[in-house]
Amino acid sequence: MKWVERTGAYTLYYVNTAGRMTLFLFQCLVAVVRPPYRVGAIFRQIDFIGARSIFVIAFTGLFTGMVLALQGYYVLKQYGSVSALGSGVGLSLVRELGPVLTALMVIGRAGSAMCAEVGIMRNSEQIDALDCMAVDPIRYLMAPKFAAAIFSIPLLTFIFVVVGIFGGYLVGVTIFDVSYGSYFQGLYDSVTVTDLKMCVWKSFIFALLTVWISTGKGYFLHLEQGGGFGAEGVSRATTSAVVVSSVSILMWDYLISALMI
Amino acid sequence: MHDDADIIELVDIHKSFGAQKVLGGVNLRVKRGETLVIVGASGQGKSVILKHMLGLIRPDSGEVRLFGQSLAGLRGAALAKVRQRFGVLFQNAALLDSLTVFDNVALPLRERTQMTPGEVRDVVQDRLGMVDLDGMGDKFPAQLSGGMRKRVGLARALALEPEVVFFDEPTTGLDVHKSNEIYRLFERTRERLGYTAVIVSHDAPKIFKLADNIALLAERRIQASLPPEEFQRCDNSLVRDFVETTMGQIYSSRYEESAFNEKAGR
Repeated sequence: MKWVERTGAYTLYYVNTAGRMTLFLFQCLVAVVRPPYRVGAIFRQIDFIGARSIFVIAFTGLFTGMVLALQGYYVLKQYGSVSALGSGVGLSLVRELGPVLTALMVIGRAGSAMCAEVGIMRNSEQIDALDCMAVDPIRYLMAPKFAAAIFSIPLLTFIFVVVGIFGGYLVGVTIFDVSYGSYFQGLYDSVTVTDLKMCVWKSFIFALLTVWISTGKGYFLHLEQGGGFGAEGVSRATTSAVVVSSVSILMWDYLISALMI
Repeated sequence: MHDDADIIELVDIHKSFGAQKVLGGVNLRVKRGETLVIVGASGQGKSVILKHMLGLIRPDSGEVRLFGQSLAGLRGAALAKVRQRFGVLFQNAALLDSLTVFDNVALPLRERTQMTPGEVRDVVQDRLGMVDLDGMGDKFPAQLSGGMRKRVGLARALALEPEVVFFDEPTTGLDVHKSNEIYRLFERTRERLGYTAVIVSHDAPKIFKLADNIALLAERRIQASLPPEEFQRCDNSLVRDFVETTMGQIYSSRYEESAFNEKAGR
């Protein structure tokens, strides 16, 4: 009967975790909108999550656009429709690759760091100390990270898409024989307001998923199954935060696409 | 029976972590103005008692009363209001490592009061002076020794002039000289601010000198909570074992005279 006990214990753990994380998300969102606003802390987090990610996002965007143009050009050439290259690159970036790859890059660069930072604070009783000083850790630590992520990630997505389109232009127009006019006209004709709305919605939801899962995994480190203490506990929580948020983003990407297409 | 002088009461507290039962019926009272020292072997759950008093852990059963209010009914803003009356010195000081010493001590003042930056600076400088850390405000916790970090932790705990200050193993990891310094600062700050103190420590018998009452946690319960002299003469076998282990054999006419008389054939 051990397996029954084990199944029960796992079920209870996952139901508890789901409840705890949902409550945590709710508390963080309330803390973001309720004054007073910690403007200095929000700017510091925007610098960390947003400004310091610009280079890596631009770099990734550039090469994503370039490889899309490279692959797209050879496929379209077989059908004699290289003029559709701008349309293909633009739609791929705006609808899917821009929001998804930006979020995945931010998870790797800032999400893992946020999880480790909060986890170490939990481990070294710094969060308990805030509680004991009657300083709400959600308001003090989490709200600036949430506000900064919700502000920065959509802007980073915009940068990714624009630089990606420029990357496609570099390969399609500069290296191959696609004309400047057909590349941008194709882009202009095919990318609609609905596509842009999808891009914005995705980037907001992915921002929320990234910051929620990354900080939540660190905040509840002490409640992780099998114990979350010590350097190994922080390392396990960080790995789990990266994996869970990446997988969640891909799942939500499908859901949002299916709903909005 | 609740007494107005009791500012913290633990009534029949039971607490387990998974299959491990840590507290099994703990009863303890902290009276206004006293220094209560909770002693016991390592791993007995002394810090768990402290976390119950701070509302960081809730009991599986039993009641925690803080300033006459049951912890069960205290959440969010109400609990924060009670905690404003507390100061805590954690075992590892628990300083925010990304903030300077000055900002650590200023944190509760900036977050919990409407003080102007000038007033905050004055209070922080006063508290740092109180723990002999004048001029160290620009340092980061990682640049300080263990003893200095504890002193910053004490300055932060005292920033809001709390009614009760909790000390979790205040001298763990410090040499004799640094431990004495912490005790001296404890005496000095208590004299000036007049707070009630709850100290969790295994630094017996030295810690006995600071205490108005000593409580021994053993076998998941408080075995006795008595003034130092009565504690040393207590008949409870676990208290007696503890006293003899930490202080050596205590002279007691009742036991030792009878043994002497037996030997002498009287």
